[in-house]
Amino acid sequence: MEFLAWFGPVFEPVAFLLLLGGTIGGLILGATPGLSPTMAVALLIPFTFHLQPVQGLILLGSAYTSTVAGGAVSAILLKIPGAPANIATTLDGHTMAKAGQGKRALQLSFLASLFGGVFGVLLLIFLTPVLASWALKFGPSESFWIAILGVTIIGTLGGGSVIKGLLAGCIGLWLSTIGFDDILGTQRFIFHSSLGGGINIIAALIGLFAIPQVISMFAKGRSTTSMDVIDVRPHPIKEAIRELGQSRLALTIGTAVGSIIGLIPGVGGQIAGLVAYDQTRNFSKDRAKFGSGHPEGIIAAESANNAMVGPSLVPLLTLSIPGSPTAAVLLGGLIIHGIFPGPNIFLYHSNVVWPFINSMLIGQFLMCIFGLLIAGYAARIARVPPYAMAAVVLALAVFGSYSVQNSMNDVYVMFVLGVAMYFLERYGYSAAPLVLGLILGPIAEGSFVEGAMIANAQNGIFQYFFTGGLNLVLIAIVVASIGYSVWLELRMKRHEAKV
Amino acid sequence: MKRFEHAIPAGIICAIGMWVAYVSYTQTPAEAFVFPRLVATVFVVLAAWTFVRSLMPDAKVQQAISAATWSNILPGVAVAAIYVFWAGKALGFYTATTLAVFVLISYYDPAPHRDVRSWGKRILITAGFMAVMYLLFAMLLGVFTPREVLFR
Repeated sequence: MEFLAWFGPVFEPVAFLLLLGGTIGGLILGATPGLSPTMAVALLIPFTFHLQPVQGLILLGSAYTSTVAGGAVSAILLKIPGAPANIATTLDGHTMAKAGQGKRALQLSFLASLFGGVFGVLLLIFLTPVLASWALKFGPSESFWIAILGVTIIGTLGGGSVIKGLLAGCIGLWLSTIGFDDILGTQRFIFHSSLGGGINIIAALIGLFAIPQVISMFAKGRSTTSMDVIDVRPHPIKEAIRELGQSRLALTIGTAVGSIIGLIPGVGGQIAGLVAYDQTRNFSKDRAKFGSGHPEGIIAAESANNAMVGPSLVPLLTLSIPGSPTAAVLLGGLIIHGIFPGPNIFLYHSNVVWPFINSMLIGQFLMCIFGLLIAGYAARIARVPPYAMAAVVLALAVFGSYSVQNSMNDVYVMFVLGVAMYFLERYGYSAAPLVLGLILGPIAEGSFVEGAMIANAQNGIFQYFFTGGLNLVLIAIVVASIGYSVWLELRMKRHEAKV
Repeated sequence: MKRFEHAIPAGIICAIGMWVAYVSYTQTPAEAFVFPRLVATVFVVLAAWTFVRSLMPDAKVQQAISAATWSNILPGVAVAAIYVFWAGKALGFYTATTLAVFVLISYYDPAPHRDVRSWGKRILITAGFMAVMYLLFAMLLGVFTPREVLFR
């Protein structure tokens, strides 16, 4: 119950204002089509440099929470999911909105998000210290395998081609080695003077997540398509709360599925929402109504994608393995504030980590309150045309990456990586494993070098890295995750060939 | 052409992988390149596999970037590249950003270019956004940016 002692810092004026700002801003950003939670958090990181670590993390955490929930606004009112996590919400949400029940759909969405989100953060509060104390047993070899597991699992389970996912992870690991070697000071892969200091993680994060979206907005050209926001008519909140209480099945399945998927590294909210929607439909008495404006569809999807947020931080805080791409960006945010996630995080940084987690709990309530208040307006604000959004995001990306170290080299690296990532994404490569390789690369290399030194003084590298219970379990998980994903891909190919 | 389109990025990645492997295995001191060698080996194997797969007759082929998409993105990317690689440093961030935002908005805005009101709207959006950027980065965060050509 240590977390109870750390609510005070969250209510300090600056921290609470940031929590409010992050929540409201996140709701608007989340409601804006084309601005994913991952990109929003990446663009916010430079703003946290001037804040104390706890304040910066509160801002990032509240933005993460509310962008996921805010994505439901545009999913319901515009039929455009604000984030991939809200895809399942469009299925019933927009149909309800078209039938004049937009307010009811939004109320159910935010209330379900609150329920799922609070459950998820409670899991984060109670599971993280347990996993952290277990992870204290890890030595360099286990840390090395954990880092490799992080890269392989996000590369293989993220959807798409397994080989391309792993390849993207390898590219990230290689990029992390550019610059000067930490131990011998040797220059490695510095083929241009801009790379002398290596690749800055924050500049890379901004480039990899923001620039591809900017170019995607350019790709729409001089489009004249305008998005019509459906007007929301008043609907009593009491009725929505009563309806939520009656939809226990959808709420339970959504919350359970979201929590479990959040705990699995690398899977993310998109899958949580879709799986919860599908499972609730399978178990529902009214399964035929799904897709035609059934409230249980929204409740299942939204409780799942918000229940995913808290648990996605459990492996992140204890093992440095993010549970979602946005959590991977948060890892970058933690590292730049000098907080290296791992088993000792509660030992050395409890004054930062507990207020951060507590702020996410309070943020769930704020997200629900402000979501219900401003949802209709957020959708209107979010109707910014893509060409204006592209210019704004580009400028923010340039300023943000420059402000990391006041260096133009970071801006160049940001832009080159971003443009390359746009093309790589078009050919089936994903940014998430690449980013994770870049972030976990130094951890993997440090553990590998340390382990190799110990191994040379003992029984040799093979004995050190490939024997021992924990090592074998981790290697088995790495192999199993790759094997399972290859099997899934082959099954899908066979299915496609039959169709 | 479609198959060729997918083979090009796979080939480029494979070439990069081979270069990484070559550098890792030839540079000294070897101790500094132990981890890169490990990564490069897996990199080359996966990249070669992807490249070979992209050339196979049964490879899944779909057009990734159409001619229309190219014509839409190229002007924007060109403006962004000039902004990032030249204007930002040469003109100063605020001047360069004002120009880049205005040019991008003007180019991609579907409103007719002969319409005077649409130009007013574009100027207003750019000015409003730049005011927010200046307040945020110069006044609030105190970010030191390259010297401006138009003002100090």
